[in-house]
Amino acid sequence: MAPVSNGEDTPRFDNLTSGVWRENPVFITLLGLCPSLAVSNTAVNSLAMGLASAFVLLGSTFLISLLRNAIPKQVRIASYIIIIATFVTVVDYAIHAISLELYNALGAFIQLIVVNCMILGRCEAHASKNRLPKAMVNALGTGAGFTLALFMVGSIREILGFGTFFGVSLFGAGFQTWAIFILPPGGFIVLSLWLLLFSYIERRRAANTGHIAGGAHAT
Amino acid sequence: MSQQPTPPPMPSPIRLVLTLALIAMLSGVTVVFAYQITLEPIARNHRLALERAVFEVLPGAVDRANFLVEGDSLTALPDDEGDRANVYAGYADDGTLVGVAMEGSARGYADNVRVLYGYSLEDECIIGFTVLQSSETPGLGEKIGSDPAFLANFECLDVRLNDAGTDLANPIRTVGPGEESEPWEIDGIAGATVSSQAVGRALRESASRKIPVIRDHAQLLTEERN
Repeated sequence: MAPVSNGEDTPRFDNLTSGVWRENPVFITLLGLCPSLAVSNTAVNSLAMGLASAFVLLGSTFLISLLRNAIPKQVRIASYIIIIATFVTVVDYAIHAISLELYNALGAFIQLIVVNCMILGRCEAHASKNRLPKAMVNALGTGAGFTLALFMVGSIREILGFGTFFGVSLFGAGFQTWAIFILPPGGFIVLSLWLLLFSYIERRRAANTGHIAGGAHAT
Repeated sequence: MSQQPTPPPMPSPIRLVLTLALIAMLSGVTVVFAYQITLEPIARNHRLALERAVFEVLPGAVDRANFLVEGDSLTALPDDEGDRANVYAGYADDGTLVGVAMEGSARGYADNVRVLYGYSLEDECIIGFTVLQSSETPGLGEKIGSDPAFLANFECLDVRLNDAGTDLANPIRTVGPGEESEPWEIDGIAGATVSSQAVGRALRESASRKIPVIRDHAQLLTEERN
């Protein structure tokens, strides 16, 4: 069976930036929200989670794009899951070896990267249909977009909830911390504020260029 | 999905099974490889974390030895069996015994709270405390590990034994914030009542079980050093 190509095989700059902005997995397509809400209570945790997911995405994209013609269509999802799970296990061991503190803070959410639909979605929709360079560039952009989004949520939550940024105190001893922002509801509040901002910007841009904002997004 | 004029023929089942088996095998090899590489650093991280905690609850300690309390007996463990230890003796520069670090655990608000505390045989009190593992609510119950007023409870928390030496003379109790009136009472944290009580319970249960055994075999702690 011939691979289905998206037209051009050479990666363009657009492939890289679309994952960061136009198709940002968290803010625009709303994929992979579970870790974005669960472990984004500090800048360090969210950055580590974002980088771990980006590594898994890059690794799986590499293998899946290479093997895309060798894997029969009927067993592709099972194959993708095994490949993704392998990279997740490697990341899990690596974080455990790098820092016990970080490992305990992220808890089960490292293992849960396996079921992050952002990753499976990218593998199924892009890596399995494109040549290696283009797939890798797209994965790099999406991974960066995911990490950036988590970091944006995590920074705000840490600043308001702990009064610190990367553990450095910002406001002195008199600051009354807002514990709600480090609790799960705070994740929803901060994420929704970012979503509000992003859709506002998108509407403004659409209004300026005369376009109607893009179609429905899958969640 | 893209349009395909004629669906490709179904590959043979053997090919499907072989593909999956091959991928699974590669995956297995990769995982084993990662496990082997990280085994040593992970074990070292755990050892360092434990050592840090032991030295934290026994101020002045720079060296440790592992022991196991089982029933009424106290046994010294060689270094390679350190994983089984539940009691750690801490020694100062000059080799004198600073105290003994022990684990306790009790049900907190979210999950079990595991704590490590330092016991000074000389002063018969708890001289240090740290949280090993907790899933208590951030910003509320989590304060048991960081609140300075709460940690001040463990400068010298009275755990003297009764005259027969079989149990604590005065069981450790957690009271409301600012209500502490006896040296064996712990001032709780406002907004972290359940978690502070869990700490009190963890310490009481562990101390009343292990301290009598440790005092019975106190000479072993110093002998082991020489």
